Amino acid sequence: MFPYSKYLRTNRLPHIWCTGCGCGIILKAMLRAVDRSGIDRNTLIFVSGIGCSSRTPGYIDFDTLHTTHGRALAFATGIKLAKPEMKVIVLTGDGDACAIGGNHFIHAARRNLDLTVILYNNRIYGMTGGQPSPTTPYGEKGTTAPYGSIEPSFDVCRLAAAAGAVFVARSTCYHATQLDKLILKAMNIKGFSLVEILSPCPTYYAHLNRLGTSLDLLMGYKRNSIPVEKARRLDPSELKDKIVTGVIYKTERPEYFEEYHKLQQGITENGRLR
Amino acid sequence: MNRNQLNIRLMSGNEACAEAALIAGMRFFAGYPITPSTEIAEILSRRLPKVKGVFIQMEDEIASMASVIGASLAGVKSMTATSGPGFSLMQENIGFAIMAEIPCVVVNVQRGGPSTGLPTNPAQGDVMQARWGTHGDHPAIVVAPGTVNQVFEWTIKAFNLSEYYRIPVIMLLDEIVSHINEKVILPDPSSLAIINRKHTTKMPGEYIPYQNNANMVPEFIEFGLGYHYHVTGLSHDESGFPTNTPGIVNKLIRRLNDKIEKHRHQIIKLKTEFVDDADTFIIAYGSTARSAHFVARMNRAKGIKIGFIQPLVLWPFPGKEIADIVKNAKSIIVPEMNLGQLSHEIECACARPVISVNRVDGNMITPEDILERL
Amino acid sequence: MSFRYEIRLSGSGGQGLVLAGQILAEAAAIYDGKNATQSQSYGPEARGGSSRSEVIISDEEIDYPKAVSIDLLLCFTQEAWNKYGRDLKPGGILIIDSDFVTEPKDRQGAVYALPIAAMAEKAIGRSLVANIVALGLITGITGIVTKESMETAIQSRVPKGTEKINLKAFGCGFDKAIELKTN
Repeated sequence: MFPYSKYLRTNRLPHIWCTGCGCGIILKAMLRAVDRSGIDRNTLIFVSGIGCSSRTPGYIDFDTLHTTHGRALAFATGIKLAKPEMKVIVLTGDGDACAIGGNHFIHAARRNLDLTVILYNNRIYGMTGGQPSPTTPYGEKGTTAPYGSIEPSFDVCRLAAAAGAVFVARSTCYHATQLDKLILKAMNIKGFSLVEILSPCPTYYAHLNRLGTSLDLLMGYKRNSIPVEKARRLDPSELKDKIVTGVIYKTERPEYFEEYHKLQQGITENGRLR
Repeated sequence: MNRNQLNIRLMSGNEACAEAALIAGMRFFAGYPITPSTEIAEILSRRLPKVKGVFIQMEDEIASMASVIGASLAGVKSMTATSGPGFSLMQENIGFAIMAEIPCVVVNVQRGGPSTGLPTNPAQGDVMQARWGTHGDHPAIVVAPGTVNQVFEWTIKAFNLSEYYRIPVIMLLDEIVSHINEKVILPDPSSLAIINRKHTTKMPGEYIPYQNNANMVPEFIEFGLGYHYHVTGLSHDESGFPTNTPGIVNKLIRRLNDKIEKHRHQIIKLKTEFVDDADTFIIAYGSTARSAHFVARMNRAKGIKIGFIQPLVLWPFPGKEIADIVKNAKSIIVPEMNLGQLSHEIECACARPVISVNRVDGNMITPEDILERL
Repeated sequence: MSFRYEIRLSGSGGQGLVLAGQILAEAAAIYDGKNATQSQSYGPEARGGSSRSEVIISDEEIDYPKAVSIDLLLCFTQEAWNKYGRDLKPGGILIIDSDFVTEPKDRQGAVYALPIAAMAEKAIGRSLVANIVALGLITGITGIVTKESMETAIQSRVPKGTEKINLKAFGCGFDKAIELKTN
């Protein structure tokens, strides 16, 4: 049994998440990854926005910052630039990162600042009671989409890759052990890394869309997931409604602070680069 | 000759603000271009890398304010500068900084509003927004210098107040004082009092991040030193964790407000001239104080008993102090480049009507505007 | 008794009037040891539009920084003259670029109508330095700032590498002013 309590603020438990919520699965995978990384926990800072997922930092024993809705990446940018030696992990949700924080998300990716983003995607606003988010699939219901959403949804991984992220991965709460590995890989990347994790919301998403229990959602993830290596061999039409898992995209680009540090090092008295 | 090496320099308000911030120890600036504040960002983008500081142009003013708070929480004195539309966008995170007690300085170079308004013209329409722009009952420290020398002095004071009280301090400039070039005598930096936030001497495990103490300002420790504490914009207890418990929330909100209100005498500052025997007073702030001073000076030369009062700190509002000076006045004139935002406060504080001289056309209040009402 | 000397430099955006005002103010305030302010009003255009830059020089601290009663007005464009001409006090000095501004009739006070941009073009090969030629004229005509202080201020304010041509432009205006005054 992994000693989770070593990393938990046990006096803050019980948590506020619903029975069957995926947040706990992600939290545990993240702690396993942190443990395996061997990183000095005093150099880890967790930053979140607002929403169910963003309550995670309150339960884990690190320096933790719970910010305003959508703005976690912008707060994290300030922390990372002020203390580049820190490892900053941003915990966010689909509404937090893709709707209200969408602009910060694409620009943080574009800068390629060394941040790791763990995006809990439950395809709905849970904290406010079940409204559709930018990742709610077309036709599915939310309390403000009573006839089904008429909007197409974002592919978060494609968005991040297009914006400039150097590591983009996806998995689901069904694939709990894969999560550890992907989070660890993301943490070891120098640059903007994203792990999108499909996460069940039984209370609102499953309920409003008559999708059964949390277990039914998890089994759905199992059925519909295709490893990225296999997906690459399939015709795009065969990937409709599928969840492609694994390391979706990986590249190398100069990291933001490394570039900025050159300015700090290279500038001479007369203001010109050496 | 390199004029940057002189201690007497011709400088604009925006230049003085950037220079003074560096002297105050500011090493992180995040901002978004907006007229008429942009020169502050331009100067700091050149200067900060040279002193191992960080300048970043963010994607908007929301992100600018957020990253300023993040950097300050990591222990670095931080600042942003903007104008009306950007100041509106910053309000939510200014509230976060007030709630989480993160020091920082927010410069708002006022231009004509509302909305996009008059980007290149001066105004003083953000006096109430600076006080009440973010939601909820909250404290505020707002300073409003009117000359380039005052901008220099009050930029440093803004950082000092912010660090001491752990609160975002708002510096209201206007297009006039930002862009005017005038003579500044730069003090020897070693002669300046620079205040830094009080760091805790407690060890991790003993440290209680929002523990009340005699001056109502909790001790600070930056992130990354092994203290493992939690910071949130939710109502929280002394340990920093969210709570809904009425008694604890009540204590928090009252302490946040009291830490400023109970220290108001240490924060507020009035500049006065010709007040001792005056029977008529002109009260003005920011660049309007320049017109007011001109009128007071000219009329004194003619033997008219006119006094000049310039509040350099607008919030906490120096109402009692002003009322005390003007208690025997025959008339009180309050010129401002808005429709009477501060004159209303002065009327309330002095419990009597004042003559409000207003302009909202993008022009500075002229001496004639004031003379007409004398 | 204190003195207050008000100068307005007017024309269109991009003619370097703000820089010219800053040089004048720096010379007066820093190198001549007086007090000076330079302020401007501008529109959204980076180039074109009407632009004005005002310099107040005084021996005491300057509170109100805008012109109240203009002692010297420089106009580079007809539009600037039409807009700002009436603020020149009776007896105040007017300097116009005669290629662009029609010389007003019946003015009380000195009028210097000179082809300033053309002078710059002829002396330096660049009409762009007309602003600095105008500073030479103002210095020579009024003596409100010293020649030496102006030369120091020009060297400190103009872009690096252009000091020489700007000093030459200043000298061109200054010499012309002295020539006009002695004739």
